[in-house]
Amino acid sequence: MTLQTVLLVAAALFAVGIYGALSQQVVVMVMMGLELMLNGVILAAGGFWWFLAPSPDGQVLLLVVISAMTVEMAMGFAVATLLHRSRGADMTDMAADLAG
Amino acid sequence: MSAVFVDVAFWVLSVAAVGFGALVFRVDSMARATYALAVSFVAVGLALLLLGLEYVGIVTVLMMVMEMAIMAVFMVMYMGMNPALMPMNMVHSPRWAAGVAATTFVGLAALALLVPWPARRGAPPVDVTTALGNAIMGSKMLVMLTVSPVLFATLVAAVVLASARGRYDRFGDDLSRRPADDPAPGGVNR
Repeated sequence: MTLQTVLLVAAALFAVGIYGALSQQVVVMVMMGLELMLNGVILAAGGFWWFLAPSPDGQVLLLVVISAMTVEMAMGFAVATLLHRSRGADMTDMAADLAG
Repeated sequence: MSAVFVDVAFWVLSVAAVGFGALVFRVDSMARATYALAVSFVAVGLALLLLGLEYVGIVTVLMMVMEMAIMAVFMVMYMGMNPALMPMNMVHSPRWAAGVAATTFVGLAALALLVPWPARRGAPPVDVTTALGNAIMGSKMLVMLTVSPVLFATLVAAVVLASARGRYDRFGDDLSRRPADDPAPGGVNR
């Protein structure tokens, strides 16, 4: 286990997440793609912490990333619930009102 | 832990994390996708333990298992049936998305392998979790003071967005309607 291998795995997770976020039509599946991307970010940040600067400050940064993931999921579910309740939509293509 | 054990465990967890992550978009039901994502997160949480991040690793495992369990409930709510029995294939532009993902991976992998990363600076504290607690309650308290109201605002905003009937539905646009317009009357003597 080296920094490079950790970053490679994190890059793979991030890439899989990008595929999901771009290709999925269901709102919740898009959120799963975003979650996978953040999963990769967390792993990469952990790798940086351990292999470059293992101080307590880096752990605080990781907690912030996890908090951001929590906020994203909570607001995503709230918006998905609102969409479903107001127009019965659960697909991104059905909520393209702001598309130019 | 011996170096060989750490290496083997890391690669097993890495293959599981990426493999189950990819499975999220390959399985034909949302429930299976949810649990595949949960396994991917658990693998990353355990990999964080290998990196010495005891508290963050455990938090990741616990939080994501709970989150995916709740997500499975959402699937049932939205689809009105057992989602595990509902095959689906709802994608658009999968080739373009795969191209973007592959390009991103190649770019990030090249950075990871080609950048001359500096040598490790400092050593990890003896008790990582205690050091984190001291940082949160000491020099990094401003971070937590910022995160806390953000999380509270998220709670409020999520409830406001997701609730079916708010006070404007009950009391009118100027909040002056009395009694409230409720589907079922309530209260004493109503």
